[in-house]
Amino acid sequence: MTDTLAEHAARDLKAGTPLVEMDGCGKSYGAIRALEGINLTVNAGEVACVLGDNGAGKSTLIKIISGLHPHTEGTVKVDGKEVHFGSPRESLDHGIATVYQDLAVVPLMEVWRNFFLGSEIRKGSYPLAPLDIKAMREIADAELQKMGIVVKDINQPIGTLSGGQRQCVAIARAVYFGARVLILDEPTAALGVKQSGVVLKYTAAARDAGLGVVFITHNPHHAYLVGDHFIILKLGRRVLDKKRSEVTLEELTTEMAGGQELAALSHELER
Amino acid sequence: MSSSVVTKPSAAPPAPPPGRAERSLVSRVLARPEVGALAAAIVIFAFFYAIAPPFRTLPALATVLYASSTIGIVAVGVALLMIGGEFDLSAGVTVTTTALASAMICYQFSLNMWVGVVVSLLIALVIGFVNGYLVVRTGIPSFLITLSTFFILQGVNLGVTKLVTGTVATPNTSNLDGFDQARAIFASDVPLGFMTVKVTVLWWLVFVAVGTWLLLRTRTGNWITASGGNAASARAVGVPVRRVKIGLFMGVSFLAWFLGMHLLFNFSTVQAGLGVGNEFIYIIAAVVGGALLTGGYGSAVGSALGAFIFGMTTQGIVYAGWDPNWFRTFLGVMLLLAVMVNLYIKNYAAQRR
Ligand SMILES: Nc1ncnc2c1ncn2[C@@H]1O[C@H](COP(=O)(O)OP(=O)(O)O)[C@@H](O)[C@H]1O
Ligand SMILES: [Mg+2]
Repeated sequence: MTDTLAEHAARDLKAGTPLVEMDGCGKSYGAIRALEGINLTVNAGEVACVLGDNGAGKSTLIKIISGLHPHTEGTVKVDGKEVHFGSPRESLDHGIATVYQDLAVVPLMEVWRNFFLGSEIRKGSYPLAPLDIKAMREIADAELQKMGIVVKDINQPIGTLSGGQRQCVAIARAVYFGARVLILDEPTAALGVKQSGVVLKYTAAARDAGLGVVFITHNPHHAYLVGDHFIILKLGRRVLDKKRSEVTLEELTTEMAGGQELAALSHELER
Repeated sequence: MSSSVVTKPSAAPPAPPPGRAERSLVSRVLARPEVGALAAAIVIFAFFYAIAPPFRTLPALATVLYASSTIGIVAVGVALLMIGGEFDLSAGVTVTTTALASAMICYQFSLNMWVGVVVSLLIALVIGFVNGYLVVRTGIPSFLITLSTFFILQGVNLGVTKLVTGTVATPNTSNLDGFDQARAIFASDVPLGFMTVKVTVLWWLVFVAVGTWLLLRTRTGNWITASGGNAASARAVGVPVRRVKIGLFMGVSFLAWFLGMHLLFNFSTVQAGLGVGNEFIYIIAAVVGGALLTGGYGSAVGSALGAFIFGMTTQGIVYAGWDPNWFRTFLGVMLLLAVMVNLYIKNYAAQRR
């Protein structure tokens, strides 16, 4: 599966160069302040893990980078230039691809149509130019095989694939279209152990191919397997921000489980 | 614009993928949205063919096809709109609005009929645009937005006609310039050699073909299905969901305009109360043809089969000598059956295999 990545990953990527920089970023939904004061740098060839409990603001954070909601405070820079994305298209045009936890695919559409959705191959560039269906079927089929995703038929609705396979199709699609920054929102949340393993391997492969990866999860074990940098969010604020060398799995686990609060709770519940 | 990100996808992979288990023919055919409607159309045709001798003649077939086309033309647009995840309850009265506008403008100012044709087209497109814009802008379900448009237009149709003509119908427009020319396009009889059909039947087939091609063979079609199937995912991969939906509403009102022009040039005068209730027939045709009410699934050919079932039944009941009052009951039963069959088919298609 690394072939696909090496083949399609952007060639101008040099490990360690900052691709996305968020500075003092925040987002309010009307009166609800979902996120505030976030500093996050995504470097090429590194995995930045964002951890946090449900409602911590993880999805909100990545929706800013992927252009689904614009930020209301602070600045976001891509390749050193300040941006303010008004739509996912703008973010995609900067090479930022997102695989959402809940909205990765359109279940009743065929696998190949899902693979190419939004980036269809056409036999011309005039309006209503016909699709090059044969090419799209072949490419989608070949790319998925390279990733080890076995679909019976590329024409079957993607809803017939397992959760892990759908997630992998969405990731393969992002990489195939030359993403430089790959954002994964809780890609392993709904998956079993084996399927999670596949997604984690693929995440590591994307990193090794030089992509900047933002990996969202509430599972510190998964994060620690692939992460270079860890940020823990709690109620929209950053409560931990450390490099891999500065933190152990135990610390992450404790912090995720509630840290001090947990100690207090265990004291309270003592029998 | 396919991939404006840094790296372009490289050329097609060298080795063709090894053969895979093709899904069986049965499962591929059953995965088509229109199978249920096709089966029903065959059964209903055979039924009336058996019990109603007048139904067996070619002129009867021409009548059935004509009745089907007056529903089917708008139903194509409604089916695409439903695949795109929205409803239009104002389509039936929009037909009347365009016919009335065209007739009254030309009659009052003694204009060439073509002026009316063009002006009413603009009116139709504005109605479609407003419907679509309000839906995508406010996020209010299209059911409610177009229900409002339905009432507004119904009132306008009656009120304005009364104001302008003093009655509930337009004057006869058949002596105006350009009438005969426009009639040739919208309402002529076309001899096919073995039978003569209304030109709307041919237009209907053209619109169904265009709708099918659009849906299955173009990027726009992909975007329509995705917008209805999962609008948030579609938007996330860069599909302009709002533009797609506004376009679909305008497509419906364009087809409503086309039917409005047919009615005007076929009958020369227009009743202001016409068209109410037809919006449901269009929706029924689309649903019987396999469109899901929740969007993301359906077909243009299916809507044509739905309209054909409608045409066969309205005429078949007459040919069989039954009381036509039962027609609505039949329609209700058909709809219920269609919805249940479609649910079964959808579950079958989406099953893990
Ligand atoms: N569209 C929205 N409108 C209003 N509030 C929202 C919206 N999306 C998220 N929120 C709120 O923002 C907070 C963070 O949500 P989210 O980013 O989805 O958390 P996570 O992904 O970490 O579970 C929650 O309190 C949630 O209720
Ligand atoms: Mg979330």
